[in-house]
Amino acid sequence: MGRRGVRVAASDVPTSIHLRRSYLRERPAALPELSELDVVRHFTELSRRNFGVDTSFYPLGSCTMKYNPKVAERIASYPGFAHLHPLLPQLRMGGILTQGALEVLYEMERLLCEIVGMAAFTMQPLAGAHGELTGIMMMAAYHRHRRNHKTTVLIADSAHGTNPASAAIAGYTVASVPSDAQGGMDVQALKGMLNDQVAGLMLTCPNTLGLFNPNVREICDLIHSVDGLAYYDGANLNAIVGKVKPADLGFDIVHLNLHKTFATPHGSGGPGSGPVGVVEKLAEFLPVSTVIKRSDGTYALEYDRPNSIGYIAPFYGNFGIILRAYVYILMLGREGLERVAENAVLNANYVREKLKDYYHLPYPQVCKHECVFSAARQAERGVHALDIAKALIDRGFHPPTMYFPTTVKEALMIEPTETESKETLDAFIDAMIEIARLAETHPEQITAAPTTTPVGRLDETAAARNLNIASL
Amino acid sequence: MIDKASRYAETHEWARLEDGGMVVVGLSSFAIEQLGDVVYMELPAVGGEVTKGEALGVVESVKAAADVYAPVGGKVAAVNDAVQGDPDVLKRDAYGAGWLVKIEAADPKEYEALMLADAYEKFVQNQEQ
Repeated sequence: MGRRGVRVAASDVPTSIHLRRSYLRERPAALPELSELDVVRHFTELSRRNFGVDTSFYPLGSCTMKYNPKVAERIASYPGFAHLHPLLPQLRMGGILTQGALEVLYEMERLLCEIVGMAAFTMQPLAGAHGELTGIMMMAAYHRHRRNHKTTVLIADSAHGTNPASAAIAGYTVASVPSDAQGGMDVQALKGMLNDQVAGLMLTCPNTLGLFNPNVREICDLIHSVDGLAYYDGANLNAIVGKVKPADLGFDIVHLNLHKTFATPHGSGGPGSGPVGVVEKLAEFLPVSTVIKRSDGTYALEYDRPNSIGYIAPFYGNFGIILRAYVYILMLGREGLERVAENAVLNANYVREKLKDYYHLPYPQVCKHECVFSAARQAERGVHALDIAKALIDRGFHPPTMYFPTTVKEALMIEPTETESKETLDAFIDAMIEIARLAETHPEQITAAPTTTPVGRLDETAAARNLNIASL
Repeated sequence: MIDKASRYAETHEWARLEDGGMVVVGLSSFAIEQLGDVVYMELPAVGGEVTKGEALGVVESVKAAADVYAPVGGKVAAVNDAVQGDPDVLKRDAYGAGWLVKIEAADPKEYEALMLADAYEKFVQNQEQ
C-alpha cells in the first residue's frame, strides 16, 4: 500500500477558505493505490483481450471491417489538423488559419460527387444513420417545397433496421416491400404499393444478401413516376465503388459510410461519418453550413441557405474521420478504388464457393462483397448460427454477422473485404469446414464454445432483461 | 405447436374468438421459436384503437426486434401486463398465459378472414423451406 503513480506537488496557494465540517471527509477517500507500472500492466492486459482488424480476421457482414491504413492515422495526427479549434473558421481572421482544413472538406465533397455521380455533398452527418435521417429530411423538404402531400417511404424487407427508423423519425410512415425469389426487391409487389402518397424509396444496393438487383433502374424509374425520390443506402458501396455511380442507376440521394468504403476506423460506436450527396434539384436543401471556393481560390463557410434543412450537427462533421477518408481516396486513386471493389467481390465469392457444400446457401448465385449462408442444416443437429459464431472465436476469428438479414433463417453473413489475403481466407474456410464437420459428429463441442476466452458463454437474455449499467 | 382452436395471421399472430365477440391475441409458438429469448414487449394502452394489419406493439428478442400486428381491428379491452415482467411466459404457454391483448373486434369478418390452424400449419411449413 501507499504506492502511487503520480506525486502531486504540495499546494503553494494559501488556503483561507474554510469549508463547513459537514462538507469534509471524516476519512481519506479510498482511492486505488497503484504504481504507474501496475496501471500500465493492467491496461495492457485489457488491451490484449481486445479484438480488432489489427489483430485478426473480422468478417462481420455488412460492416466492411477492412484494414485501416496507418498513413491516414499519421496524417490525421499532424498538429496543423489535429489541434485546430472548430470555432476558428467563424472567428475574424480565423479563415486564414483554416484554409487547409476547409480545402480538405471542399475537395472531399468534390471527390465523393465524382465517385457516386451526385451534384453536391454535405460532410456533416456524424454516422451512417445520421446521414440517412439527413437524407430523408431533405426528401421531406423537397416535397414540402413542391407542396406535395406525401406520407410513406418504401423500404425493402431485407433493409438495415436504420432505414425504417430514419424514415419514421423524419415523420414518414414506413411500408415494407417484399423480396422476390432471387432475393431482390419484388418489382411486381412494388408496383402494387405505388401511389401518390409515396415520398420515396430507400434501397441498399447491393442489398444485405450481397446481391446486386438487376432491376434497380426500373425500380428508380417507378419511384420517379409518382414524383418520389430514390434513396441509395451506401452501406454496401464497397462492392461497386469505382464501377457504378448510384446517380447513373437513377438515385437522387446517397449516403456513404466513410468507415466502411473508405477505411476509417470503426466499431464500438464511432466516431463515424455519413456524408450525404444529392442531385442538383435537391442541393438547395443541404444542411448549413457548406464549404465554398471563392473566385480568389480561398475557401469559406457559407451560411446563407434559405431553403436548407438547417443545422444537423455541431461544426463540420467528424473532421478527423473525413480527413482519413480523403487520404485513403487520394492514396488509392481511381484505379485503386476499382480494385477495392474487384477484390472485395472476388474474396466473397471465393468464400461462398468454398463453403457452399458445407453450409446451406439460400441464394446460390454469384454475390457481390458478402455472402449469406444459413446454418439451417446444422440447426437440425442443435447447432445454431450463434454456436458456430462462438466456435469461430475459439479458432481466432471474429464471428460473422448472425441472424441478419432477417429474411434468412439462421443467417451467417460473411464479408471478407478486399484487404484479406488468400492465406487468411483459407484459414477461415478451414475453420468453418471443421465446425460443420463437428456439428455432424460432436455437436456438443460446438455448443460448448467458446472455451479459450476469459469468459465463456454469456447469458445475453439476462443481460438484456436486467441491464446493469453501473457494472460497466 | 399450433393451437387448433385459434386462427392465424400471416404475420404469425394467433387470434381466438371468445364469448361476447372478444378476440384474444398472442404470438404463435413458431414466431416465438424464431425470435429466440424475448427480452422486451411493448403493448398498447387499454382503450386504444387498433387497425387490422397495423402494428399494435413491439417484441424485442436477443436476435431481433419486430412489430406485432393486429389480426383484427377494434378497441383494446385488456392487456396482459404479466408478459412484460416475465417474457418467458410466451415460451411456456404461448396460447394461454402468454396472450398479449384482448380486442373488441369492430368487424367479425376480419376474424373470419384469418387462417384456420391447418392452413397456418401449411403456411409455416412453406416458410421453413
